[in-house]
Amino acid sequence: MAVTLAPGTAAAPGRPRPVTRRGPRRATPGRIVAWTYLGIVVLVTLFPFYWILRTALSNNYKLATHPSSPLPVGFTWGAFERALGIASTAQAQAQGGSGASLDIPLYLRNSLIYASVQTVLIVLFSAAAAYAFSRLHWRGRNLVFGVLISALMVPGVFTLLPNFVFVKDVGLNNTFAGLILPGGLFQAFTLFFLRQFMLGLSNEIEEAAIIDGAGPLRIFLRVVLPMSSAPIATVSLLMFVNAWNDYMWPLLVTNSPATEPLTLALGVFKQSSPQAAPDWAGLMAAALIAALPMLLLFIAFGRRIVNSIGFSGIK
Amino acid sequence: MVVTSQDNHTTAVTPPSGAVAATAAPSRRTTGSRRSRFAQRTAPTRSRAARRMDLPFALLLILPAVAGFAIFYAYPTFRGVYLSFTDFHVLTPPTWTGLANFRELVHDGVFWHSLGVTAYFVVLSVVFGTLISLVTAVVLHRVTRSTTLRGVILLPFLISNVIAALVWQWMLDPELGIVDIALKHLTGHSIMFLGSGGWAIPSLAAISVWKWMGYYALLIFAGLQTIPPTIYEAGRVDGASEVQMFRRLTVPLLRPILAMVVVLTVINAFQVFDIVAVTTEGGPANASNVLQEYIYRKAFRQFDFGYAATMSLALFALLVAVTFTQLRLSRANESDLS
Repeated sequence: MAVTLAPGTAAAPGRPRPVTRRGPRRATPGRIVAWTYLGIVVLVTLFPFYWILRTALSNNYKLATHPSSPLPVGFTWGAFERALGIASTAQAQAQGGSGASLDIPLYLRNSLIYASVQTVLIVLFSAAAAYAFSRLHWRGRNLVFGVLISALMVPGVFTLLPNFVFVKDVGLNNTFAGLILPGGLFQAFTLFFLRQFMLGLSNEIEEAAIIDGAGPLRIFLRVVLPMSSAPIATVSLLMFVNAWNDYMWPLLVTNSPATEPLTLALGVFKQSSPQAAPDWAGLMAAALIAALPMLLLFIAFGRRIVNSIGFSGIK
Repeated sequence: MVVTSQDNHTTAVTPPSGAVAATAAPSRRTTGSRRSRFAQRTAPTRSRAARRMDLPFALLLILPAVAGFAIFYAYPTFRGVYLSFTDFHVLTPPTWTGLANFRELVHDGVFWHSLGVTAYFVVLSVVFGTLISLVTAVVLHRVTRSTTLRGVILLPFLISNVIAALVWQWMLDPELGIVDIALKHLTGHSIMFLGSGGWAIPSLAAISVWKWMGYYALLIFAGLQTIPPTIYEAGRVDGASEVQMFRRLTVPLLRPILAMVVVLTVINAFQVFDIVAVTTEGGPANASNVLQEYIYRKAFRQFDFGYAATMSLALFALLVAVTFTQLRLSRANESDLS
């Protein structure tokens, strides 16, 4: 109600005032409070990341002597060496490692295969289907689309157990196929997102291509796909992050080092380390290595990721 | 098959069959006038013909998606419902037991306790998550356009729940954790964050808020950008304070986005699992035994899949009910922005 009132009253006398106000707004108490608040938010957001680094560069035994030191305690690369399996067992135990090894390179490879193959598949198949649901005309198109999109309603929780049983029944547990396929063929969000974009493409270029003799396949590959490169990149990033961070599905379908992704290995590693004194330095080093690809992605595509969040939600 | 039909169709329309759409954009410019003439002459017949040609190709394109939907969404949904009426221990085929699982559910104290624990977690993470994201988004929107700052806030969203859980568990460690040390320093008291019955759920909710706050703040931020700045100028002209403008302008205009954020947080919070599985594993003494954790343990520790499916079904029903109620109450699809 206040909203409908405001523009009307604003029309006549209001012009000069915002202009005069704008000058001194630089350092009003309100702005100071706002920036202080943002400072705290940023601090709370970033501090754990710093603490990962600080702990990972510490000697695990000496951590206990200076638990609140802001700098690494007894600086050493030992934790990274343990996490990467370079250190010998004796070396590891001397620095407070459990001696249990975590074969990070192997799990890193598994995570890479899982996340990248799934991303490529889901984006490819979603883009193909999105094209069929947006640019091609065929009977039943909207009905089929509506049925597929209904998958948005079913929470992941509910399909997890039956999917696990199915994957196990067809013998795909502990394989990359079992890990990748459930999320690699169809996800309602990617399909919906790409279709929305493709619906908005103008007809002209497509018509020009038709005049030039291109069939639907060529139009898809040479016109619509290139024109959709921005949303495709966005969706690829989001899917890659999701798959990289996935925990529960890998937990259900894999239990062999040959296929376990890094997130899972980290969780299990933590649980298997002795309850009394976990190797926090080693764990943090491993966590940092696991998070590194995401941090690199973030540095490379930060702006795109930030902007994509807005439009992933608002549609 | 598709290729031939498409070739027939293209040769019928344009003579130079070699011309490809590869350079569609330039060709549009160079052949502009010719194109419009062509288009007018051929459009109606072409589009009807094309429509017929489209169907097989469209079916081919949607095949993987439809297969994925059928195998990994539709089939497990129905199978999940079926399994919840059976006694099923994976190794032997399921046997139909009617409503036995549901009867067990009603009398299962642990289930109701889990439901309560989950609800507690949901309330905490939704209330604080939404509030902090909202305030952060509004403050960001009012004082800066910096993408970098928004990026920094989004950082926890990019790392996995497992890592978030690990680092917080380390920071909340009752002996060596920095948070605990700071707390002891400031108040003289120490808190067993994840290790005590009373603090386990609030601690987990805090970790979850830390992880997701930036994401929801950016969703809200995007919503704020759709509000025309003239409205705030008008408000300022009318002498409204920042707080008044927040309550009277921002919140009402933001209602659809806020409703969506709340629905998303609720749905996510009800399905919390990763953080719990890594840190407390439901303990101490079931104090953080959220539904997903309980379902997971029933299925994969006790191999009682039938009963686990029943609980999943209950959770599913609960989510649907909560979502619909929320959308109803929040009038999500109406904004005062018109």
